This record gives sequence, structure tokens and C-alpha cells, in this order.
Amino acid sequence: MCLAIPGKIVEMDSTKDHATVDYGDGTKRKANITLVEVKIGDYVLVHAGFAIQVLDEKEAQETLELFREMLSSEEDDSVFTSG
Amino acid sequence: MFSLRDKQLASEIVSKIKKLDVNLKFMHVCGTHQDTLVKHGLDSLFSKCGIQVIQGPGCPVCVTTPKEIEEMLLLARKGKVVTTFGDMIQVPGQNDSLQNIKAEGSDVRTVYGIEDAVQIAKENKNKDVVFMSIGFETTTPMAAAAIFNDPPKNFSILSCHRVVPPALKAIIEMGELKLNGIIEPGHVSTIIGSKPYEFISKDYNIPQVIAGFEPLDLLMGVWMLVQQIENDNPKIENEYLRAVKEEGNVKAQQVIEDVFEPCDVKWRGFPVISGSGLKLRDKFEEYDARKKYERDLGELKDEEFPEPKGCRCGEVLRGLISSKECPLFGNKCVPNNPVGPCMVSTEGSCNIEYRYSNKK
Repeated sequence: MCLAIPGKIVEMDSTKDHATVDYGDGTKRKANITLVEVKIGDYVLVHAGFAIQVLDEKEAQETLELFREMLSSEEDDSVFTSG
Repeated sequence: MFSLRDKQLASEIVSKIKKLDVNLKFMHVCGTHQDTLVKHGLDSLFSKCGIQVIQGPGCPVCVTTPKEIEEMLLLARKGKVVTTFGDMIQVPGQNDSLQNIKAEGSDVRTVYGIEDAVQIAKENKNKDVVFMSIGFETTTPMAAAAIFNDPPKNFSILSCHRVVPPALKAIIEMGELKLNGIIEPGHVSTIIGSKPYEFISKDYNIPQVIAGFEPLDLLMGVWMLVQQIENDNPKIENEYLRAVKEEGNVKAQQVIEDVFEPCDVKWRGFPVISGSGLKLRDKFEEYDARKKYERDLGELKDEEFPEPKGCRCGEVLRGLISSKECPLFGNKCVPNNPVGPCMVSTEGSCNIEYRYSNKK
């Protein structure tokens, strides 16, 4: 139910309510984009036909580095604190 | 772009946890987390490190109550076009499932999402189309957006939506098990952000980490929980930074707020949990199947329906037993002949355990 698949916005519909999302395995499908602010080239998480969040590419690339940092300095957990 | 399967890093995390010599119980509430845990053998890996990771009520199909299933069956029998997700139509009710009565001629249709159900209503103006709308915060915005955008008048939903934080509170307060930490669901959190979980660490001193769905996300999530325990500093942290913002998806929260209001509902295996359900606000009552078909549903009004005989889904959902501890698992209860919903849903822990075990 809560499965969400990442994909790339490749085409916007003229209505601006939907866009074509490329899932990278040859699958392209329209998704409703009214819950997010997106442009062509953005990566989004799609759940039940709706894009629910824009993925942060920079954050994704830095995640592994952060993991490594955290493991090497166990005391410093401030980078992951969110609330 | 999002491949987080660095083996060296994974083994580094595991050896660090092992050295700490802990004995801990963590709960997560997401079928997709359970799938990653079992598929990649992380559950047994954690267990070797002294950490038991259990699923809890993290499967919307599984926590839908027997009564809600009877409501949909009744509407289908009364001639409505009943639409819902694929897993839901297979969940056994008292005597039938939606799938069974479809075979007997009722108009039951599987849809990918609520937009498909609205489309069916548009194409069948002379029929009443009801969508059994289930799901946690990840799925609710879709239902809210569909209702907000003026669907046809022959369309309505039977809201079975539930929200996660009150259920976590209920599990803790029921006191049946002692939790040392909670792995919070990544995609629910995509919508709600991290704030709604804060009270759990504050009021109950329980560490929490929002985690993604790659094996390394879960390894890291568990490591972060262990660190909080070691440092005696329970709080809500976010491992899934690439998808979860502190404030969540504000647009999605707003449309939920516009369309739904909280209500008290029962979850399968649980008593009524205060503020854990969502019902349509009065201004959208024309789309509320429970109001629209009040007369049709009247015969169920004061009825309560028991769990299927011998089914222990309730205890599985409360984290009290594992799927394998249920005597029906893998013999009387299998995916193509399920007794309870945890064996039906691909997010149910019994279904997941069965799929990845050798019991085939």
C-alpha cells in the first residue's frame, strides 16, 4: 500500500495536472502531479498514480557519504537530527 | 541514483552493532520495510546482533476491520459497483470475500488508485460506484484530492483511512510489549514529516528513526536507534533525507485537512483508537458512502464481527507473535487460500514470510 516508486519526469501534460514519469526500466506512465511542484528532469516518488514527493538528488548522492561519516564519528549525530 | 547496497558499509554497520552486545526489540509499521527485511535476510541478521525487529500494525489492508469488509460486501450485494485495491478484494469476510461475490455476479472491480474508480463512475453514470478507500497517510492525499476535485455524483467512498501516530501511542499504552525503538515508515513520513512523531520520544522516552527502503537504509536506521539508546537520547531522527522533509508534503497535508476530519476507529486486533481514523467532513457528505447508503448499511449498524476462527492476525499486528507462531501459517492459511488478511496482503507479514520462506 505504501509502496512508492522513484521515477523521472520526462513530459508535462498541457493541463499541468499530470506528467509522464519514466521509471527507468522501459516503463513510462502518467502520474498526477497536483501534490508537488515539479519540472521536467525532476525525480519523484510515485504512489497509487500520484507523485507524492520530489526526491532530492543531492541528498541521495550524499547519503552514503553521511553514513560513512556517522560510522566514523559516532558522537556526532547532529547531521541526521530532524526534529 | 538511489542504489544503496554498499556491502562493505553494511558489514561495517553489522559488526559495530554486534560489538555492543545488546538485547533490544524494535517495531516498524510498514509492509515495505518488512519486505526489505525478510527479502534480504536482515531480520535474521539483526536477530544475530541481539535485535528483534517486528512489524506491528503496518499494513492498511490487514488492519481494516471485519465490519468494514462486511459493509463493502453488503453494498456490492445491493447492486453498487464496488471498487478497491487488488489485495482488499481477497480478504475473507464472515462468509465471503469481494472476490467470491464477484464470481457470483456482483460488480466488483480492482483499481490501481482512486482516479480509476472516479473514471469508472464517469463512464457509468447510471450506476452507483463506491470506492473502498483504505490506506495510511501515504494514500489519503489521493482520496482527498479526488473528492476535492468534484467527482461525479454517482461516486462515493467508504473511508477506511487510518493515521499512524495514534496507533503507535495505543501500542505503547497497551503495554503488552516493551519497545526499545521504532522505525517510522518512510513514505507515510514523506507526507506528514517528522513532527507528528515527536511526542512519542518526549512522552515515552522511545527512540525513533524514519527510514527508507533499501537494505542499507534499514541497517542505518537500526544503527541510529542503537546510538540513541547508547547515548540515552531518545528523539525522532530522519535517515530517509532524500525523500522526507521535516515539514512533510504541506500541499498533501492541506488537502487531507480540507476533506477529512479525525474520528475514533477500531483497528483489526485493537480496540477503538482515539483519533486514528479519518472521515469525510460534512461539506463532502454526498460522497460519504456511509451516509449516502445509510439505509442499505443499517442492518450492520450495531453488529460486531469476530476474527476468522483460529486466525491470529490480531496478535501478529500487535507484535505479540511472529507469523510462524500462528498454527494456521503455511498449512490452513496460504496466499491462495488465506484465512486472515496478513496472508492476503503483499504487505502483510504472513504473506511476506510465506513468499520468502521455503514453505512453497
